[in-house]
Amino acid sequence: MMMTRERLVQIQNAVADTKLQNAVYSATARLKEKRQEVVEELPEYQELRTHAAALKKHALENLDHYLEQFEANVIAHGGKVVWARDGDEAAGFILDIARQRGVKMVVKSKSMVTEEIHLNQRLEEHGIEAVETDLGEYIQQLAKEPPFHIIAPACHKTRQDIAEIFRKGLNTECGDEPEQQAGLARRVLREKFLEAGIGISGANFLVADSGALLIVENEGNARLCTTAPKIHIAVTGIEKIIPRAQDLAVFLKLLARSATGQLLTVYTSLLGGPRRPGDVDGPEEFYVVLMDNGRSRLLADKEKRESLNCIRCGACLNACPVYRKIGGHNYPWTYSGPIGAIITPQYKGVLQDPWLPFASSLCGACAEVCPVKIDIPKILLDLRRDVVAERTQASSNRLEKWAFQGYSWLMRHPRLYALAGRLGAIGAKLPFATRIGPAAKWGQVREVPMPASESFRAQWRKRKAAK
Amino acid sequence: MAEAEGGEVTAREEILGRVRAALGRNPGQPVKPPAAPRLRIPEIPADERFGLFQTRLEALGGKVYRAPALADAGRLVTQIRPPGPAVASNAPILREAGITSLPDILTGLTEESRLRDVCASAACGITGADYGMAQTGSLVTIAANESRLVSLLPPVHIALLRLSRLLTGLDEFYTLVPKPAGGACSTVFITGPSRSADIEMILVRGVHGPKAIHVIVVEE
Ligand code: SF4
Repeated sequence: MMMTRERLVQIQNAVADTKLQNAVYSATARLKEKRQEVVEELPEYQELRTHAAALKKHALENLDHYLEQFEANVIAHGGKVVWARDGDEAAGFILDIARQRGVKMVVKSKSMVTEEIHLNQRLEEHGIEAVETDLGEYIQQLAKEPPFHIIAPACHKTRQDIAEIFRKGLNTECGDEPEQQAGLARRVLREKFLEAGIGISGANFLVADSGALLIVENEGNARLCTTAPKIHIAVTGIEKIIPRAQDLAVFLKLLARSATGQLLTVYTSLLGGPRRPGDVDGPEEFYVVLMDNGRSRLLADKEKRESLNCIRCGACLNACPVYRKIGGHNYPWTYSGPIGAIITPQYKGVLQDPWLPFASSLCGACAEVCPVKIDIPKILLDLRRDVVAERTQASSNRLEKWAFQGYSWLMRHPRLYALAGRLGAIGAKLPFATRIGPAAKWGQVREVPMPASESFRAQWRKRKAAK
Repeated sequence: MAEAEGGEVTAREEILGRVRAALGRNPGQPVKPPAAPRLRIPEIPADERFGLFQTRLEALGGKVYRAPALADAGRLVTQIRPPGPAVASNAPILREAGITSLPDILTGLTEESRLRDVCASAACGITGADYGMAQTGSLVTIAANESRLVSLLPPVHIALLRLSRLLTGLDEFYTLVPKPAGGACSTVFITGPSRSADIEMILVRGVHGPKAIHVIVVEE
């Protein structure tokens, strides 16, 4: 379905790159196995999933109510909520604060939402340095690449690649040992934390009854980003709301298990506002940017609304045979893997990359591991239908329309259909049938199965006659 | 939030408007409450909790000790702490255990810039912990009682936890503290030493936070 030539070549290169294939395959295999182990040890796992999905559904169906409740509670704790229609408004707010406070450098903890709006680029265009502090994210920033995986941003790189990136990016010696590389990042970033005027984070959950953000991480960089600088700004999507802090008992049991196979991440921080009287540290100013950027449009589509359930655990990426083959950089938008395949068309319009919902065998592995029970294969099918419907409506592909009309006519004329089947079988046996002409692109990456020597219809007739 | 100039619709009104239109809801329309929170406190006898906590935390590379009395905790700290200056938070339990008066320990810091400098150069940070969670091997630290930086900047973290505060797990914690943000701006669960597997999935400890964590569980 209409993939650009450029994209096709990129995908072919990724598939042919053994080093990349090995790195991605082993990283995702590790994450998959670890998830499997801890999930099997949790007898209440399925029940928790059902509960989590129901909570998300409820929160989304009453989103306006919970957003207002969240806002009121943030204000009550001395924080502020900033509403942003899109990335321009979110970045605009951060730029204003930076200008007002004379801030030249911000530290960031991992956030897909800020990736989505290219926040770093926007800040840098205005002379503000934005430093990623998650180790993987920092490597990607130095390499000038977007994250490759939602939770393991640099999982496609070998330690030799990383040594090279550090040598170039930091102009310093760096060996091949991960321990040493992490130590180098720690030293460089430690200074940045203590110097930065603003810390920017995302949020895994927004807790309505508490006016608080929940952030999970393993390194401590998110804690530093949200503690050391005088100003903490969280940039997040409106769909991250959950009703009550007590609901975290459900979500926290699922999130780390699904993401990395941990029972809990090393640090799980619930942050409700700036420091309070008597506190010795913590930010003096606390802002939550609630961004729409297309989310309300997704919300309106009842059939696919559950796409907004996603808690970005990354389990569906690790389970997906397509992601594991083509990798995280061959999806058209910030979000890759099965979740990217279902939300990208909804955010960007189905005709932008019409091939995306078709790039799946609908094996169902993603839905099986999703902790919030998003029925990804079903949504892919819905999207395929939407692609066809929008295309037909636009009559952009007359040939295909005729082909389908012809097919439908053929289906209504059994004798001709049988004849066409026989001709097709002969055609497929011609050696060049899938190497030249309209089927060439398709045939490039596939071995065409040989049609049976006798059609099903013919076999059926024979069997009936034999009885 | 104030209405923008020229009667323009604010981002807030517009977003909430779109959300309501998407859901077919009216402003202020009441909400049917969600199902009751799912909190099921498991039955783990008090004497098994310590063992479980220790197993879990040590599997992650942490170290757990048991001190019958507060004074024992003080002695343990002297044995465990790495050479060099240590910083102790202002948690009362540290004073009660005599830790704040040990040699080469900075404590009682109330001024933030000084606290930062001290934490950034200390060999070890010593804090209390509000709760422990046995099922996950976690500590709970609440900002109202604890500095945030002392458990974060130094390369080694030592924490004192009262055995009576060792809970079973998340469900018990959220039952006892239904709204943690009501009482403090930060509630952190700490589960093991800082770690990363971002490079070839190889485990590295102490990436930004402490590379070692020691928990002394005090029976007294
Ligand atoms: S769709 Fe489900 S499995 Fe995939 S990242 Fe989101 S929550 Fe995780």
